[in-house]
Amino acid sequence: MMESLAISLVNAVPVLSGVPLWTITLLVMIVVAAVVLTFALTYAGLATYVERKVAGDIQARVGPNRVGPVGLLQFLADGIKLLLKEDIIPTHADRFLFALAPYLVFVGSFAAFVVIPFGMGLIASDLNIGIYYVMAVTSLVVVGVLLAGWSSNNKWALLGGMRCCAQIVSYEIPVGMALLPAVLIAGSLSLQDIVRSQGGLLGIFGWNLFHNPFTFFSFFLYYVAALAETNRTPFDIPEAESELVSGYHVEYSGIRFAFFFLAEYGDMFVVSALATACFLGGWHVPFLNAKALPAVWGNLFSLGVFLTKTLGLVLLMMWVRWTLPRLRVDQLMRMAWKYLVPLTFFNLLGVSLWLLLFHGKGIPQMIASLIG
Amino acid sequence: MKSNAVALPTQEMLINMGPQHPSTHGVLRVILRTDGEVVVNAKPDVGYLHRALEKIGERVTYAQYMPFTDRLDYLASMNCNAAWCWTVEKLAGIEVPERAEYIRVIVCELNRIASHLIAFGSFTADMGAFTPFLYAIRERERINDLFEDICGNRLTYNYVRIGGVSADLPDRFLEKTKEFLDYFEPKVPEYNKLISYNKIFVHRLANIAVATPEDAVAYGLTGPNLRGSGVPFDLRKNEPYSVYPKFDFDVCVGTGERGTLGDCFDRYMVRINEMKESVKILRQAIAQIPEGPVMAKVPRMFKPPVGEVYFRAENPRGETGFYLISDGTVNPYRLKIRAPSFVTMNIFEKITKGLMIADVVAVIGSFDIILPEIDR
Repeated sequence: MMESLAISLVNAVPVLSGVPLWTITLLVMIVVAAVVLTFALTYAGLATYVERKVAGDIQARVGPNRVGPVGLLQFLADGIKLLLKEDIIPTHADRFLFALAPYLVFVGSFAAFVVIPFGMGLIASDLNIGIYYVMAVTSLVVVGVLLAGWSSNNKWALLGGMRCCAQIVSYEIPVGMALLPAVLIAGSLSLQDIVRSQGGLLGIFGWNLFHNPFTFFSFFLYYVAALAETNRTPFDIPEAESELVSGYHVEYSGIRFAFFFLAEYGDMFVVSALATACFLGGWHVPFLNAKALPAVWGNLFSLGVFLTKTLGLVLLMMWVRWTLPRLRVDQLMRMAWKYLVPLTFFNLLGVSLWLLLFHGKGIPQMIASLIG
Repeated sequence: MKSNAVALPTQEMLINMGPQHPSTHGVLRVILRTDGEVVVNAKPDVGYLHRALEKIGERVTYAQYMPFTDRLDYLASMNCNAAWCWTVEKLAGIEVPERAEYIRVIVCELNRIASHLIAFGSFTADMGAFTPFLYAIRERERINDLFEDICGNRLTYNYVRIGGVSADLPDRFLEKTKEFLDYFEPKVPEYNKLISYNKIFVHRLANIAVATPEDAVAYGLTGPNLRGSGVPFDLRKNEPYSVYPKFDFDVCVGTGERGTLGDCFDRYMVRINEMKESVKILRQAIAQIPEGPVMAKVPRMFKPPVGEVYFRAENPRGETGFYLISDGTVNPYRLKIRAPSFVTMNIFEKITKGLMIADVVAVIGSFDIILPEIDR
């Protein structure tokens, strides 16, 4: 994709034809990466603001309202504050691992943005193994978190790291299993293909969510498991400030702490984006064929729709966080292995049988063919 | 053939929970020996906040000791003030005007609500739900406003005095209290809806850290912690003092409604229900309060007769008792304070065995301990 972009760039600007193609491809890659990263960071910053506002609303207080109009620039102020803070590394910490851990977590979380289909043509890299890629890079977070917990040389941090590790590894399974129905329906691991498979003129009923009863449950199973995978309340036991002080990042300060923080919000976006892409029709504008529009408008429309759905799910996560108490670690594990894993397996089986029996047709499709 | 599998060597871990820890409600230190997440032993280590309050009692006059009782249980200063006054009055045989006693009951019950609100709020925050804490604080703020009207202070009131109270109630105080009660009463069911019967919350608390009725009595638990174990013992009923016999209210006890009798959930529920009972008492007190003086005649150079006295009052955290020996001078000869939270720590080690680390937090929260009282 990058190469085709580079070729079209060369065609558009003849001056560049003297430059080797790989240089231009590399430059295009860097620009795209910068755009994605800028988006991700801006989103994460704004999400912290929104989270605090949501928390304020739920808790009958105001929330940030001092910096900028209605406190909108609070995240910039916080970012600057975190940048200027002293970077403390505990004396007995393993300095190299301690410094490395936040980057691993950050990279693991933000690398997933690469394959997210933001719009019709807006995807940094349409990998044909998109979903596997996401699962793989987000697993990098586990390594980072475990390193952070271990290298801090703090027992609370170690406990938090171990908890987080156990939790993410356990919940990867239901998350993956719950996403597979979408893969089965689309017949592809590419996220863009999965989104395309949910198009058609059925409006929102083209979504995988309404494809059959099993996919409907899959969505909710996925969302619950994903909540756990991102360590959000009610599954935030790795951080659990009232038990573990604040878990694996207890010894971190300044910008290193900010990396953990940003990664958490990045994770929230990634899992919500996956839910949107796999179950909620991705960037498809309901009752409107975005492909028929001029490319710019089509892309803008689809981007808007995709972000609306995804951020809606992110908002739901915030709402849940400020409402529910926290599970205990054994209850959390029990929930993963005794309920979510069997249920997702069952769902997967159900979807497979459905596809086999009804030749890949979903309920809305069948109803539509009955009527029309 | 022997199995080749070698068990990985594991080690017990020693963790200090506190003295700086968000969930120990102050500077409590719990020495945890854990096997992974499971607590092998949790030993509370108290004393980080020791201020020699009992010794100070021997160096100041009876009236001067009043501000120190504020610092005993700062979430229920009024109750501590009043308990001290009742002790001294019992020692000296001072007859307190009835209006003053009514005022004392009103402020004590208001403070009980405020204290239970903090208990409820901080407990839910410990369990990971931060929102109810803010709601509790919002309600408590109105009680603080009422107290500010009375005595100008919002935390350490120093309002109750030996022989009565420092000043009569301000204008419209009773109406404002009534308004508060009307506002507050529907809030309790709201809390229950929001968090008390939340599935996760119940799962975290039911069957955790069970104090059987026998244990609870044997280890000297008092107040809501004792009643949470199903023992209907409330000093306001069983050993009535002040004007409490004139009010009709129920003693809330744990019922084991979601688990075993005496678990964390029962202790929590007792506090929630006691807030409702306090509202009941307050409504009756407001309706019955007589006119009259609010201060008995107490000499400026107050010297109680030689003797000793023990008085105990039902405070939000349990039975607060003052044991006082007077040698007839202006200073007490000896003062001993029975602080409910301190006695509660006895049972801590026993009932936390085999729990998870997260449950230790739940136990601390469900006992609603307060550190200045533990260390005095």
